[in-house]
Amino acid sequence: MTISANRRQFLAAGAGFGALLAAPSIVRAQTDKVVNLYTARHYGTDDAFYAAFKAKTGISVNRVEAGADALIQRIAAEGANSPVDVLITVDAGNLERARARDLFQPVNSEAIRARVPAHLRDPDGHWFGFTTRARVVYYHKDRVKPEQLSSYEDLAEPKWKGKLLVRSSSNIYNQSLTGAVLAARGEAATEAWARGIAANLARPPRGGDTDQIRAVFAGEGDLAVANTYYFGNLIRENKAEDRPMFEKIGVFFPNQGDRGTHMNLSGAGMAKAARNREAAAQFLEYLASDQAQQHFAETNSEYPVVASVPAPARVAAWGGFKQDQLNAATFAKNNAAALQIMDRAGWK
Amino acid sequence: MSGHDGALTGSSAAARTLLRAARTATGPRPNPEGAPRQTAVVRQRRFDAVQGAALVAAGLVALPLVTVLWSLTGPYGQTLRHLADTILAEVLLNTLVMCVLVGLGTLVLGVGTAWLVAACRFPGSRQFEWLLILPLAMPSYIIGYAYMDLMAFAGPLQTAIRTTFGVGRGEYWFPPLSGVSGASVMFTLVLYPYVYLLARGAFVEQSACIVDAARALGARPFEAFRKISLPMARPAIAAGVALALMETLADFGMVQYFGVLTFTTVIFRTWFGMGDPVAAAQLASGLLIFVLALLLLEQHSRSQRRFSRTSRRARLLAPYRLTGWKAGLAFAACALPVALGFLVPVAVFLQMQIKGGDAVFSEQFLTLARNSLLLAGLAAAFITLVGALLAYALRVSQAPLTRGAVRFATLGYAMPGTIIAVGVLIPFGLFDNGLDRLMQSTFGISTGLVLSGSLAAVMLAYLVRFLAVATHSVSSGYARIGANLDDAARLLGAGPAEVVRRIHRPLLSRSLLTAAALVFVDVMKELPATLIVRPFNFDTLAVRVYNFASDERLMQASTSALCIVAVGLIPVIMLSHSLRSEENAQERL
Repeated sequence: MTISANRRQFLAAGAGFGALLAAPSIVRAQTDKVVNLYTARHYGTDDAFYAAFKAKTGISVNRVEAGADALIQRIAAEGANSPVDVLITVDAGNLERARARDLFQPVNSEAIRARVPAHLRDPDGHWFGFTTRARVVYYHKDRVKPEQLSSYEDLAEPKWKGKLLVRSSSNIYNQSLTGAVLAARGEAATEAWARGIAANLARPPRGGDTDQIRAVFAGEGDLAVANTYYFGNLIRENKAEDRPMFEKIGVFFPNQGDRGTHMNLSGAGMAKAARNREAAAQFLEYLASDQAQQHFAETNSEYPVVASVPAPARVAAWGGFKQDQLNAATFAKNNAAALQIMDRAGWK
Repeated sequence: MSGHDGALTGSSAAARTLLRAARTATGPRPNPEGAPRQTAVVRQRRFDAVQGAALVAAGLVALPLVTVLWSLTGPYGQTLRHLADTILAEVLLNTLVMCVLVGLGTLVLGVGTAWLVAACRFPGSRQFEWLLILPLAMPSYIIGYAYMDLMAFAGPLQTAIRTTFGVGRGEYWFPPLSGVSGASVMFTLVLYPYVYLLARGAFVEQSACIVDAARALGARPFEAFRKISLPMARPAIAAGVALALMETLADFGMVQYFGVLTFTTVIFRTWFGMGDPVAAAQLASGLLIFVLALLLLEQHSRSQRRFSRTSRRARLLAPYRLTGWKAGLAFAACALPVALGFLVPVAVFLQMQIKGGDAVFSEQFLTLARNSLLLAGLAAAFITLVGALLAYALRVSQAPLTRGAVRFATLGYAMPGTIIAVGVLIPFGLFDNGLDRLMQSTFGISTGLVLSGSLAAVMLAYLVRFLAVATHSVSSGYARIGANLDDAARLLGAGPAEVVRRIHRPLLSRSLLTAAALVFVDVMKELPATLIVRPFNFDTLAVRVYNFASDERLMQASTSALCIVAVGLIPVIMLSHSLRSEENAQERL
């Protein structure tokens, strides 16, 4: 009797926790009316896209959103029983890493092969890119003429000392960019380049891509390196306080004279453990459809991968450009080396 | 012993002498294992159910941590050498400086404000009792976003200065908010309430007679504070600072946004950037060992002292009444942390919300809020219970195994949530797949994944992450209940369970409440573990903030951020309310 209060509380809590354990919260439907996504995309606008897919095919989309590396760990830990059907990431290196860990299965789709250019997909069909984004140079039109700009390499020249804005080397977009320079120039030249970048920074790296662009407009520096869709989305949202910035900020596509502007992609592949294969295949093909391509271009200002689908006017206004066609295996391989180079060069 | 307060250590030593005498008189007690004789009755119990349960709980929590530590047996690759050659020194220095700054900052703010509201009366002092807790509801990454937005070169303050005075870049001074110092200020502003809460609890519960005696002997207020109140509150203060520091060490979102290289950022660069999870886990193990050493050091430094009160306080300490400039100063000292840690960031987000927030009253939003509340509520109940169990085990057990296991189990608070999440995924995956194979081979049925991807996995991740909050809170409450009380009760024939029920539970109610509230608020704010371990389509408010913020859409993120703060306020207000009514009840005694 004396211990009953304590024990009763304890038992109640235990029972509650047991009920939680017993509740099978995993969707293990064998029917092909559902597709389970693990996705590293985190754009709120994608919800509408999933709804559109359901309206078209009757297949509902379940999703877990988290960082790509964490999701890859989760799939690996869950093993053959993992509920995942499709993995989506926002960096080519991550797709290649998932393939190397044997987490994908090939999809033999004529539609995808026909619509997605060869350099944006795995030769064996394990994954493909469905949007691309360019890492470009933003400049303040009052202080920099586009003729003064040429390449990523040029940004490391002493003439830009104290004028450059770019975020931390912890950011994957910068790691990929450095990996691209590494692929083109070799290790020693890339380290010298990274040293030049670090020396030219107007302030210690902080904030995100949008922060760098805003800082150029405010006058903290003259040049910023950032992805295209951040600026595209600012223009799309068209907030009154941002409008003066649209006039003053120019977009420059570097390295048009040689390998082209550095591109990264958002891609997807069918998981090896996939149970809803038919639904997953339909979902993947849908990603390459005109409807989906338009959606990503319109709502998130990304570049479509399907040639016949145009970029939205605000993005197309920056002009056409030559793209660096670096393949994903190089991405995956070079990221680690790139980060080590950035460490040595003092790019925080 | 019950009617008056005696000298602290003196009376408990006297009680033990009495007990020893009583014991000798009734003959030797059974001592089958020949264990060394211990001083107090409560500590003489052999391995029992409580310790068994504590060991099981600690083992469960230790599982993910052991998964991390397991990496130490792996090969030491080139990555670690590279880090040692390049950035590791700077990283260690940054981490250390941040710990020192946050430690000092939370100590000064937390203890200072706690003593002001506990021992003094000045205009607003009763209101500050709960106002000072508010920054607790503010996640560190959210306050980071708010201040970065406010104080950046392109932000409203600096832009206003430039346009008003017609100055350009570098022609005026503005407090720079970046790097280690900036991040430390942010952490201090949202983490000092841990110290405040625990310290204030300790000050309020302190025996009025002792402080009165000190005053009667001519001690000035500050002297009484320094010589009596502060040392007596030390376990609570130490627990609060330890929590603040562990939270600082575990943070990723804010330091990443501020561009500071700390131990956590390096763990993630190594794992994600260099694709070397083994080296990342080895670094995380290093962090674990560092925290363990820190905790042991603190514990050792006060192991020779015993801080407890001998009876329930019969009346409140007569407060110092402050007037004039002293009252003004006290008011400012309490108002500043509340304004900077709560009002300013809330104002920034309110203004964003007005300009272009998320749709608040949508069905989706209600689901997010419900999910957050569900997780936080369940976790608060569950983790407080386990924390209380472990704190009890620490109190009654001298067994090194139990004590060691409990200490180890509470280290998770210093681990980044992502590391814990992976530490949960791996053993659960092994268990599920093993069970599935077993069931298939014996019964021909597939069980699939039972634990992985369930709310139970999320709860375990929370337990690992936040157990320290509960255990430390309850333990610091226990530290103020003298062992002689237990001894006396046992001597009067009460069993251990009755001691828990009739002595500990009422005396610990404040600590238990504090523990539950802290866990609740922490879970509301938690992001990485939720993100990685959660079931399908299970979004919370914190996830929503993250999605928008990582997409650099702070305006939309502001809505969910405000909601986290608003919902986080519920337990904070409940806590302060019940603390108040408890004190009022005592005052009437």
